[in-house]
Amino acid sequence: MYEKPLPVIDPESQPYWDALKQHRLLLKRCRACQRCHHYPRELCPHCHSDDVEWSQAAGGGHIYSYTVARRPAGPSFKPDTPYVVALVELDEGVRMMTNIVTLDVESLRIGQRVAVQFDDVTPDVTLPKFRPA
Amino acid sequence: MKKREAVIVGVADVPLKDGRVAEPLSVLQVQARAARDALRDAGLSMRDVDGLLSTGMWGVPGPGQMPTLTLAEYFGIAPRFVDSTNIGGSAFEAFVAHAATAIETGRCEVALITYGSTQKSEKSRSLGGRPSVLTMQYETPWGMPTPVGGYAMAAMRHMHEYGTTSTHLAEIAVATRKWAQLNPAEMMRDPLSIEDVLGSPMISDPLHLLDSCLVTDGGGAIVMTTAENAKALGRTPVYVRGYGESNTHWTMVAMPDLTRLTAAEIAGREAFRMAGIGHDMIDVAQIYDSFTITVLLTLEALGFCKRGEGGAFVSGQRTAPGGAFPLNTSGGGLSCAHAGMLGIFLLIEAVRQLRGECGERQVQNARTALVHGTGGALSSGATCILSRS
Ligand SMILES: [Zn+2]
Repeated sequence: MYEKPLPVIDPESQPYWDALKQHRLLLKRCRACQRCHHYPRELCPHCHSDDVEWSQAAGGGHIYSYTVARRPAGPSFKPDTPYVVALVELDEGVRMMTNIVTLDVESLRIGQRVAVQFDDVTPDVTLPKFRPA
Repeated sequence: MKKREAVIVGVADVPLKDGRVAEPLSVLQVQARAARDALRDAGLSMRDVDGLLSTGMWGVPGPGQMPTLTLAEYFGIAPRFVDSTNIGGSAFEAFVAHAATAIETGRCEVALITYGSTQKSEKSRSLGGRPSVLTMQYETPWGMPTPVGGYAMAAMRHMHEYGTTSTHLAEIAVATRKWAQLNPAEMMRDPLSIEDVLGSPMISDPLHLLDSCLVTDGGGAIVMTTAENAKALGRTPVYVRGYGESNTHWTMVAMPDLTRLTAAEIAGREAFRMAGIGHDMIDVAQIYDSFTITVLLTLEALGFCKRGEGGAFVSGQRTAPGGAFPLNTSGGGLSCAHAGMLGIFLLIEAVRQLRGECGERQVQNARTALVHGTGGALSSGATCILSRS
């Protein structure tokens, strides 16, 4: 039984989580300014255009910043401590909140290359996580 | 007609014992007592209040969802002006700005700002994330300890880009403790060394336990009116010379740059421009210290030093008693009280410094004070520049 918090999927996020179940990571891309954004929005946060479309991320990026959680975010994360929470900057130029999956939390560095991996935590939810590339 | 000028004319906070309100009180009682005492300090009474500004994290879901409705009802008043803007701990610096505008445009005559929390007594504080809905569904499932994790990632990035060290951050905690030792109302009065901070348990790398604020109860209130009314009441007014506010994000993915407080840059620039003074005119500063990194980033954002130079700025106990830059003279959130939202207590300390009421910790000839609140996850910033003349 998975006891950690799960996303409450809504009409806007449904395509994002559906794609993750198929192990595809989607971003929103703006046709007006050509920039991607994450999380997905109705209006481009860069130029405010409504001309945005889904596009698939290649899955590579680097660690923009991270922390090692020595104290958990609530009891359900306690067995995982210490674990790594990171902001990964994808090659498409967006940042995502994620975990870096590693047995050696001391070895990570900002700037390090990482690649997406898909963690099917429940039949309905797949969380994108990253591992050192 | 002479321009109406808004001033702070009364302040009060609720006495704490070991971080808890001295006797068991509800969060409404805490605010009622603070309001009563601040009004008494101003020479006014509740029936004079026609502006009410408050926010908090109490009574949710329930009466805290609309805190000014609940408080006006509880106090027995029908205010003409209310504001319950919730931008986190900086809300109270924004309230002073909003109340000043309301008073100066005649929307109200006497504004009461209140805050209360009984989080320590209720043991309600945890590091758990926010409900995983809407924007938070892209953050909460990965287990970032909240709020420390976001501050930790900002610190990590600042260290990476600028070579800031844990020792730099510890300088802030140590200096703040020295101020706390001069404050009789103080919870943490034991001496603290840089080694003590670095040796305290790591909570969320690179932030240690002693890089983090205390979790306490607390209640405070501020009364504002016109300079003319203050004079008629025979009270010493504290003038509101400049203010500004902004906010950029709440989830960490949307923070524009983790090494810089964009909101504080905007707020500070606006406040200094309005006050028409330079940084060298600030005699004492009260800067939100939820974590040591919050202070360092804010000093840079407000322009007290260049970007990346916050570590050098705070070195050598510059912000301690006797140092060149008196900062967080009550002992701040790190060593005095952090009742969920610290912003009101920073303002109360600034007013007491400007009125010369601070005893052993009094900054000599404190004429101008800067107060800066930070809320959310380094999300919002609000600055007030106050002066005694
Ligand atoms: Zn765009």
